[in-house]
Amino acid sequence: MTIMEPRKHGDASDGTVGGRQTRFEGNLKVTGGATYALEYPVEGLAYAILVQSTVAAGRVVKVDTGKALAAPGVLMVLTPDDDMGLLVASDWGGNRPENQPYYPLPKQVQYNGQSVVAVVAESREQAIEAAKLICITYERTAHVASFDDPAAGEGKVMDNLTSGWGDAEAALAAAPVRIEGEYRTPREYHVAMEPHGLTVKWDGDQITVWEPSQWSHGMARSYSEWFGIPYENVRLISPFIGGGFGSKGAALAHGAVAAFAARKLGRPVKLALTRPQNFINYGGRAATRQKIALGATEDGILQAIVHRGASETSTYADWPEQTGAATPILYKVENFSSQHRVVPVNTVTPGALRGPGKNPSAFGIENAIEELAYKLGMDPLELRLKNYADRDYQSGKPWSTRRLREALTEGAEAFGWSKRSHEPRSMRDGRQLIGWGIGCGTFPVIQAPSEAMIRILGNGRVEVVSGAIDMGQGTYTILAQTAAEVFGIPVDQVEVHLGDSRLPGSAIAGGSMLAGSILGAVHKAATAARDELIGLALSDEKSPLRDTGANTLTFGGGRIAVPRDQGPSLTLPELMAALGRDEIEVRRNTLPDGATPQEHHQAWTTMAKVQGPTMGEYSMHSWCAHFAEVRVDEDFGTVRVSRIVSAFDCGRLYNPRLVESQWRGGIIMGIGQALLEEGLVDLRNGRTVNNNMGDYLVPTNADVPDIQVISVGVPDYGASALGGKGVGEVGIVGVAPAIANAVFHATGKRVRDLPITLEKLI
Amino acid sequence: MRDFSYLRASSADEARQAATQAGIMLLAGGTTLLDLAKCGVMEPETVVDITHLSGLGGIEVDENGARIGALAKMGQVADHAGIRAAFPAVSESLSLAASAQLRNMATIGGNLLQRTRCSYFREPDVFPACHKRNPGSGCSALGGVTRNHAVLGTSDTCIASYPGDLAIALVAFDAKVELGGRTVPVDDFFLLPGNTPERETVLERGEMITAITVPASAAAKNSTYLKVRDRQSYEFAAASAAVGLEFEADGRTVRDIRVALGGVATKPWRARGVEQALIGKVLNAETIETASRLAMEGAVSHGANHYKIELAPRVVARAILKVGGLA
Ligand SMILES: Cc1cc2nc3c(=O)[nH]c(=O)nc-3n(C[C@H](O)[C@H](O)[C@H](O)COP(=O)(O)OP(=O)(O)OC[C@H]3O[C@@H](n4cnc5c(N)ncnc54)[C@H](O)[C@@H]3O)c2cc1C
Ligand code: SF4
Repeated sequence: MTIMEPRKHGDASDGTVGGRQTRFEGNLKVTGGATYALEYPVEGLAYAILVQSTVAAGRVVKVDTGKALAAPGVLMVLTPDDDMGLLVASDWGGNRPENQPYYPLPKQVQYNGQSVVAVVAESREQAIEAAKLICITYERTAHVASFDDPAAGEGKVMDNLTSGWGDAEAALAAAPVRIEGEYRTPREYHVAMEPHGLTVKWDGDQITVWEPSQWSHGMARSYSEWFGIPYENVRLISPFIGGGFGSKGAALAHGAVAAFAARKLGRPVKLALTRPQNFINYGGRAATRQKIALGATEDGILQAIVHRGASETSTYADWPEQTGAATPILYKVENFSSQHRVVPVNTVTPGALRGPGKNPSAFGIENAIEELAYKLGMDPLELRLKNYADRDYQSGKPWSTRRLREALTEGAEAFGWSKRSHEPRSMRDGRQLIGWGIGCGTFPVIQAPSEAMIRILGNGRVEVVSGAIDMGQGTYTILAQTAAEVFGIPVDQVEVHLGDSRLPGSAIAGGSMLAGSILGAVHKAATAARDELIGLALSDEKSPLRDTGANTLTFGGGRIAVPRDQGPSLTLPELMAALGRDEIEVRRNTLPDGATPQEHHQAWTTMAKVQGPTMGEYSMHSWCAHFAEVRVDEDFGTVRVSRIVSAFDCGRLYNPRLVESQWRGGIIMGIGQALLEEGLVDLRNGRTVNNNMGDYLVPTNADVPDIQVISVGVPDYGASALGGKGVGEVGIVGVAPAIANAVFHATGKRVRDLPITLEKLI
Repeated sequence: MRDFSYLRASSADEARQAATQAGIMLLAGGTTLLDLAKCGVMEPETVVDITHLSGLGGIEVDENGARIGALAKMGQVADHAGIRAAFPAVSESLSLAASAQLRNMATIGGNLLQRTRCSYFREPDVFPACHKRNPGSGCSALGGVTRNHAVLGTSDTCIASYPGDLAIALVAFDAKVELGGRTVPVDDFFLLPGNTPERETVLERGEMITAITVPASAAAKNSTYLKVRDRQSYEFAAASAAVGLEFEADGRTVRDIRVALGGVATKPWRARGVEQALIGKVLNAETIETASRLAMEGAVSHGANHYKIELAPRVVARAILKVGGLA
């Protein structure tokens, strides 16, 4: 057996921006050295658990807590009758109702699985046992378990998501070739390995929260507002996150309950959601349905797209899973109409899950475009290229960069698309039907300001400090690479401190916006720190570089030198020693100059300063094209993905190794979405019954085929300071339709509702 | 999870003795017991650990058959050269079951006694009605989400399927369960739900599985276990078949055939109808297909599990084609 030497930091070029540096914190994680939120050793912990409603709608009339309170180890039972004195916190936009009380354990039951009671005990097991002794009396009312229930009605039209140009209905009616289909995606869940939960501790009116977070500052704000304490009094710590996928961007009710219990008991409290609660207590992706009609000429020029979509939301908040998000921008079309509705049902409010909106949207349009291709008898690749969008017809703006054509052609080349035989069911290997399909994807470039601090230490080490987080996507690594490049030092001379709301402000790690945002701030701070150092080195009388006549200095190979070898060179620690400095600290942000302190606070703790993809001169997006090969057992209907080639335009890649993993991860999640994942709801009581990892299936290693990823992007300096576009979300977008299209090609059966489980094919 | 005491048995007799009392449960690999304790379905007051008892973990194979100790691990049995040679279906049923981690932990005795994956069985606080858990309380699955429920051997009180793989291969080859004092054929060991779905096996309180014996046969030697499911690995069967076949000297006429089904029935399901229809017949695609359909005699669907009635015969047919050298 050979033991692979852990490759710490490859060759020198790996360490600069664009290099293939391995994960900075990887070693810590695989050796168990990374401490996660629920593992913080805090003295004197009490353990809280949540009891969930078992009815889908109604009211808690009575909670009998007597026996539970008398059970061994029980410290406290919280019920809807306890007024915790909390106030509703701001929404993501920073809007906040005045003095509105917040009840994390509400009396009104709006979905099956809503937390209604909390039990705190000396041990978690004691709390769970005590919970069984609690008797909750409900007054049940009628519930709506699904948007397919006629009682759900048609839902409400989201006006801000209604879009159109030309005369789509008329153009559709006049088109010589038409197809129409209804495409559906079920409720899907994040299934992150690390469960939600927190450890929380008060010191007077200062609170420390160890909680996995995609946004330390935004979540800290919620805690401060709930409890009416200054923002500065909250410290939310989240250096490592075991998977978020959109679920860990906001503070949730269980956080408020645990923090309240900790304050009331005067003891630190730990609360971990159970695996079933991780399915039911916060929003996964909403179920969606969308009707798409396409009209085209005989030679395949799109004339019209008519889109009508809907998604489930809860009865107490509107969360649209925008089925029309990708529809208007993938193809060139002169006549377009799209509308999206939300249909309230008794579920927890759905939330963001990798590729929100774009993902189900692409499932619709990318199926539809292949349905049209088969109707026309045309190669689906050719149809896509024929209708290539030369600009954004929705906003009317030119693309900043759009290399989807290259993604399609280079992906096709690598996949061997030209060898395809057009007819469905025309490729087989014994009982295995083989099929090929394409799915395109897109995700907008979202821009947000960030702040960062650089500290050059006397020993020559450089610290990058930011409240940004790393949930495995590579923030630690690319920030180290950025600083290493600016100072011309090896990456292991850089230290990165992240995941703490007390550190400089940062955008959320969501919507693929973090890397572009935080890299801009770190680069700015690092450059400013370097300039300050150059200034000192050239002017300070103690500096050996002062009288060299140089007006700047070069940084490279770990040394600071006079240009063209016209003088001495020093290492960073030598220069710091010569200058007699033990620290140079520079803090920079990417807000407009002169931003007020309030604007700073707002920028890091709300989404108010976030810019959408068409707010400037251009329309800016990441793009991709997936090519999938499936093998479908003719008798059993089982689908196995045997090969995927995906080509991406995500602009410049700051670290291709990490980007490729992100893309692969997205593709693997897409395989799960296409073939396995579906929240099964018992319509009689609105409960998601497969709320565990034995019954809600995600891909195993055996389900993951050979995946080839290709980058066709070019730097897009309109999209971000260093030229990258988002990489995290786009990977999943378009995978499910590529697989559905391949299944059609293999079997001649068009499955329009996910997942494509075997019973749909036999 | 309720606090429980932990006892380490020093002999099989001591373990049996302890387990005569209500609330005391034997603990082998714990992969079923602890899982269900966390769900609040099994609530032991005391667990008696039997994993270190000596003499119960052996695997012996000779020309008469195999004897597998109750404490042998799933993974050990799957990889055992003798088992693989003489009982390929047994080995395959185990290597296609669960995950590598579970197979390293779980024992053969515990494996037979794994409980159903009926979602309603597993969530007592939300679905109090479950005859299997609480006799007389009702059945929440009827009228609910039934994609994985049984189509064979069901009753008005319970439609939960037996989820395991190994027992399917065992029932096909007339294996027996040794219970210390007595020996019971696997087919009789498992009970139909009838009106007492809470009673899944003939195991009495205080009895312990000590070993499983499988008689050698030509059919067992030429056997396979075919497991069909949406996920490539680590999923229970949508439908599975253990099939073994022996030809007459002509190499075409069936002398002996064994067919058992998994994932579709309330207990490991021997499909004797299929066997009878093929014995003495010359195998070809058509005879196989016709006979395989007999596997579903008496099948009843409950909505979403209807596909199993279509799927299972196809799985049987493919497995027969394979062992018959026709696939
Ligand atoms: C996620 C998951 C996936 C799985 N997938 C599969 C699958 O695909 N196919 C499959 O076949 N199985 C599967 N299983 C089930 C697994 O095989 C069983 O949990 C395992 O075999 C049980 O063995 P154990 O030794 O851990 O039993 P334990 O959990 O220790 O015991 C189970 C029961 O048997 C009793 N018991 C144990 N040993 C004896 C004995 N010698 N005598 C009398 N009573 C005894 C115990 O008291 C307990 O009631 C899966 C399990 C999990 C958790
Ligand atoms: S099918 Fe059986 S195990 Fe499932 S709920 Fe009904 S009685 Fe209980």
